[in-house]
Amino acid sequence: MTVQPSTVPVEVDATDEIMEIQMGPSHPATHGTVKFNLKLDGEVVVDCDVEVGYLHRAFEKMAEKGTWTQVIPYTDRLNYVSPLINNVGYALAVEKLLGVETPERCQYLRVVMSEISRIADHLTCLGMAAQEAGGQTAGFLMVEAREMLWDIVEAVTGARVTVSWCRVGGVTHDFPPDLDGRIVTAFDHLRAILDDCDKLLTRNRIFYDRMAGISVLSQEDAVSYGLTGPLLRSTGFSYDVRKHQPYLVYDRFDFEVPVGTKGDNYDRFYVRFLEIQQSIRIVEQAMKQLPGGPVKITDPRIVLPEKREVYSNIEGLMNHFKLIMEGIKVPRGEAYQAVEGGNGELGFYIVSDGSGRPYRVRVRPPCFLGMGALGEMMRGIMIADIITTFGMINMIGGECDR
Amino acid sequence: MGLNADPILPRVKEILGDAVLDSHAQAGDETVVVSRDRWLDAHRTLREHPELGFDFLMDLTAVDRLGEDVRFEVVTHLYASKTRRRLRLKARVPENDPAIASLCPIWKGANWLEREAWDMFGVRFLEHPDLRRILMYEEFVGHPLRKDYPFDKRQPLIPERDPIEQGWKPS
Repeated sequence: MTVQPSTVPVEVDATDEIMEIQMGPSHPATHGTVKFNLKLDGEVVVDCDVEVGYLHRAFEKMAEKGTWTQVIPYTDRLNYVSPLINNVGYALAVEKLLGVETPERCQYLRVVMSEISRIADHLTCLGMAAQEAGGQTAGFLMVEAREMLWDIVEAVTGARVTVSWCRVGGVTHDFPPDLDGRIVTAFDHLRAILDDCDKLLTRNRIFYDRMAGISVLSQEDAVSYGLTGPLLRSTGFSYDVRKHQPYLVYDRFDFEVPVGTKGDNYDRFYVRFLEIQQSIRIVEQAMKQLPGGPVKITDPRIVLPEKREVYSNIEGLMNHFKLIMEGIKVPRGEAYQAVEGGNGELGFYIVSDGSGRPYRVRVRPPCFLGMGALGEMMRGIMIADIITTFGMINMIGGECDR
Repeated sequence: MGLNADPILPRVKEILGDAVLDSHAQAGDETVVVSRDRWLDAHRTLREHPELGFDFLMDLTAVDRLGEDVRFEVVTHLYASKTRRRLRLKARVPENDPAIASLCPIWKGANWLEREAWDMFGVRFLEHPDLRRILMYEEFVGHPLRKDYPFDKRQPLIPERDPIEQGWKPS
């Protein structure tokens, strides 16, 4: 099995002039800084070289400069539409290398917040895609729904985007007492909005024609490109880290993994749409099952002591000082932990040299690999379809460029 | 990793034969270290073997082990969708000849991952169709994730101006 060099599916007339156009890096319709070096035959894309890296902030380099805990704020800024999933993924990777397991309640809290973030992530992707295709109403409705979810995130973490809520060994604090009611209200509203958007988009002739049959990627190519998440599932390949490699308590919930059939833009859209419903199901089950108990482990080598201890006795003060100054002593070695991010498998590969600082933190960014496939997905489509195709990759600059 | 209790390492070592230099398991992750000249071979075998079938190249990156005999480690993470198993492969690459075979003939996704590893660590991938920088710009000198690259070094494309030298005063 060898990969054949990709063939250009477009017939180029020898008398036609190929026009080279650079689209981006700052283009009103590409949310995110990215540049497409296009070769056009009339309105048809013959070839496209995708340039990323405009938002490179040296995440992996800076992660080596602080303690293990100091990496957490950086992870918020990877996929800034669903920062809680990044938090959870990183914390799980370090916990895996430490060999600790968080209390049951903490795992449930992480699941609930991950799923709320996933809904927000998908809503952003779909809302923007609708808006760029001319469906302003659906775009605004979905942003309104996202707003309600971010209100929940704010109530729990105190911030909307830069949450830094997870810690190695637990989470900073428990849910506020009225969260259950807030989620019920928000989800009622969200369901109504999703119904509206369903009517506005999924069976809308204009929207359907814009999306269906555009940028088809075969299942074989999707696997070869290392695509995961909605991009892979749209081709009919069922792979979801939550289902196939369960982490946290995902194996306790009843949910489905929606897959597409054709691998075109419409399937990518609809798979995400259905995934929102599944995430709602998971959150509702988790809130019902939510057990009591602590939200972090008590090992003083990993988790900071209560402030009461720090201010009242010398042991607490020393414990706090040592953890802040020297960091968590993660054993020498390496671990890879994958979680299902909004765009697919979000992996953290961490290497420790046994000191209190990371030796190497590597993120496997799902949309980076999606962008790698974009050049091929664009061959043969029209200029107007570039925006919808790019929208369905859901590139998040912070995650792609790190 | 984690799911199936029985380790996959013995079987992988048996199949890869003398390409395997070392192997270990930690925190549920299994790793084989293969020799640099068998890198492409080993991956091809793992992908095409009917029993193992590691069809996904999930990740490819490098680690700079500055101060060790052989400086760089190239690391891949594979996933087999049929058996739901993961495996980590490593090969050591020396500083004076930082080059290893490209995996582009097997996986299309290797293209961008290898470009990133080249950009960040300066490890060359032989027979790579398009080995350009990807996250940094063309004019950038050096490879930023190497341990001897200072984290606060700046290489601006447009010269930076000091606001105080420009006559700015705090109000």
